[in-house]
Amino acid sequence: MSTLAPAAQAVEKEPGARLATLVPTRPSRSLWSNAWAQFRRNKMAIVGLIYLVLLFLTAIFAPAIAPHNPVQADVAVAGQFRQAAWIDHDNPKKAGSWDFPLGTDSIGRDVFSRLVYGSRISLVVGFIPMAVILLVGVPIGLAAGFVGGRTDNVLMRLTDIVYAFPALLFFIVMQIAFRETLFGQLLNGLVLLFVTLSIVNWTGVARLVRGTTLELKEKEFVEAARASGAGSWRLITRHVLPNALGPIIVAAAFIVPGAIIYEAVLSYLGIGVRPDVSLTTPFPSSWGQMIQDGSKTWNSQPWMLVAPAMAIALVTLAFTFVGDGLRDALDPREQL
Amino acid sequence: MIEFVIRRFLWAVPVIVTVAAVTFFLMYRAPGGPWDLEKPLPNSTVKNLNAKFGLDKPLWINPSAAEEKLDDGSRNPFTVGRAFLDSQFFNYMIGVARFDLGPSYASKGAESVQEVIVEKFPISAKIGLVGIVFAVVVGVPLGIVSALRQNTWIDYLSLFTSTIGVSVPTFVSGLLLLIFLSKGLNVSPIRRPEAWDGLGTAYLLPGIVLGLGTMAYMARLTRSSMLEVKRQDFVRTARAKGLANNPVIGRHMLRNALIPIITILGPAAADLVTGSIIIESIFNAPGLGREFVEAIGKRDYSMIMGTAIFYAVLIAFANVAVDLSYGFVDPRIRVRR
Repeated sequence: MSTLAPAAQAVEKEPGARLATLVPTRPSRSLWSNAWAQFRRNKMAIVGLIYLVLLFLTAIFAPAIAPHNPVQADVAVAGQFRQAAWIDHDNPKKAGSWDFPLGTDSIGRDVFSRLVYGSRISLVVGFIPMAVILLVGVPIGLAAGFVGGRTDNVLMRLTDIVYAFPALLFFIVMQIAFRETLFGQLLNGLVLLFVTLSIVNWTGVARLVRGTTLELKEKEFVEAARASGAGSWRLITRHVLPNALGPIIVAAAFIVPGAIIYEAVLSYLGIGVRPDVSLTTPFPSSWGQMIQDGSKTWNSQPWMLVAPAMAIALVTLAFTFVGDGLRDALDPREQL
Repeated sequence: MIEFVIRRFLWAVPVIVTVAAVTFFLMYRAPGGPWDLEKPLPNSTVKNLNAKFGLDKPLWINPSAAEEKLDDGSRNPFTVGRAFLDSQFFNYMIGVARFDLGPSYASKGAESVQEVIVEKFPISAKIGLVGIVFAVVVGVPLGIVSALRQNTWIDYLSLFTSTIGVSVPTFVSGLLLLIFLSKGLNVSPIRRPEAWDGLGTAYLLPGIVLGLGTMAYMARLTRSSMLEVKRQDFVRTARAKGLANNPVIGRHMLRNALIPIITILGPAAADLVTGSIIIESIFNAPGLGREFVEAIGKRDYSMIMGTAIFYAVLIAFANVAVDLSYGFVDPRIRVRR
């Protein structure tokens, strides 16, 4: 990759004559179009990508897709646990009906609608911490790798400690500490969850970027750029960062499902997102909460637990496939 | 070598101190206290409880106690210093250094946190043991077969299952398995409390679920590691000199392929520990993990704090052990001097 990219940059700068003499037979292929071609060959990665796109659309158009209001309780069937549509039952209130494809929960809410809306929290909780982690971790990693010295030392000691403190334990302690505070109640606890999930994980990204930077700054093309008078800022933004993007993107693809799982675990433990009773809230349900509810009532209505558990399994699987595909395409050194 | 071992162990100390301090600070921030019950306790009781557990002392430092000692005419720097540090934080940290994690608030101090840990941890350890044995015994051979039969259906099947195992969190697969067993096969996997004495069949299911992720990861890692070794010159040499297939695989390939597998045992230990928190509450195993989850519900802060620190120590030592084990597996990375 590092040998490809400078060539690609040279091509960008002088699109005309040079390119024609170098590669006269085929059109220019940038790193990104190469990566895309490689990614496209991985069928599972494409399947995962399509699934994620559909999930995004589901989250955005949840009101149009969900047949019922996900918060509205139905007193008439409360406590009856209507079964999933294909399961028959003598009691007509419990018998499955396609009006409620996955049945209803303890207070008569439609499980399918809650599942559809639940995709919102999972995606938000996956992507926002990922963005924060990159915004914090990448600059610090670049600084540590490029400048070295004290920043580097502090970063390395910090990551050592973070590695020793299991993430889930820290998240649990963090959630307990701040959940009841005013800050912890913002957006039903979503804001706190963003902070919790970002606060330690940036160190991993920073360490990764530091390693890549250390490696890249010794490369000939960086030396050449320095020799032709490029300043530190230009070296970092034009030469080091673009070449470090591959591993960063791959890491990001694996941060998202991790955060989704942690949200589910924390909600399952009852210290994640708070339940919302407002009928118009944009984030009415979370898969983790549904699993928590379902783990108490799965004997009466198994799909209350199976549906959200499958949803989480599928989304993490999709991210793994996409992440694997991205790694093959962008980070050839890190093959697993 | 001994110097390296000692240095490596000592290095875990600042890590553990930081973890303990951060946990203490965060738990202190937590609103509400262990005495917040459904029915509020009378103020005098709360006061007595606080005095009993030293919760009425200042948080960080206690200058007034030190002044008192000085006024009493004590000039011994140790007595005065100890009085100066007679605060909640330093008392707790000194306790941690002495393996004293304080009383469990939920039990009103009848039990200390370390007593609960000593009582409950063996059950978690046994589940973890089953998990790691399962991960190694199934994962490594799966990876070997996968690599030796690269691009056959066995390879694809094992790759597919291990991808699922790596990405699906254990608490989801545990819950799905629970439903499948009790609804689909009509076997209840929830065992009675007596079933957890000794090392009975009760440990099988939670252990396997706990080890699922690690197993899958090991299979993937073994496969890629074996594939790399397969193309090495020394393997070709071994085959060329007429060595049978099994010694080539066992002594030439596997031994060299094992090194990266050992590196994941550290993170795997962390995985097993945090996984046990969820798995034990799913399968109702009376171990430390379930105790931890119950402590969260009961706001038993001293229990949460103590267990978190205990887990962190456990993982720190697992990492040290993994670091040291490199030298045994690969003489090339054995530390000189």
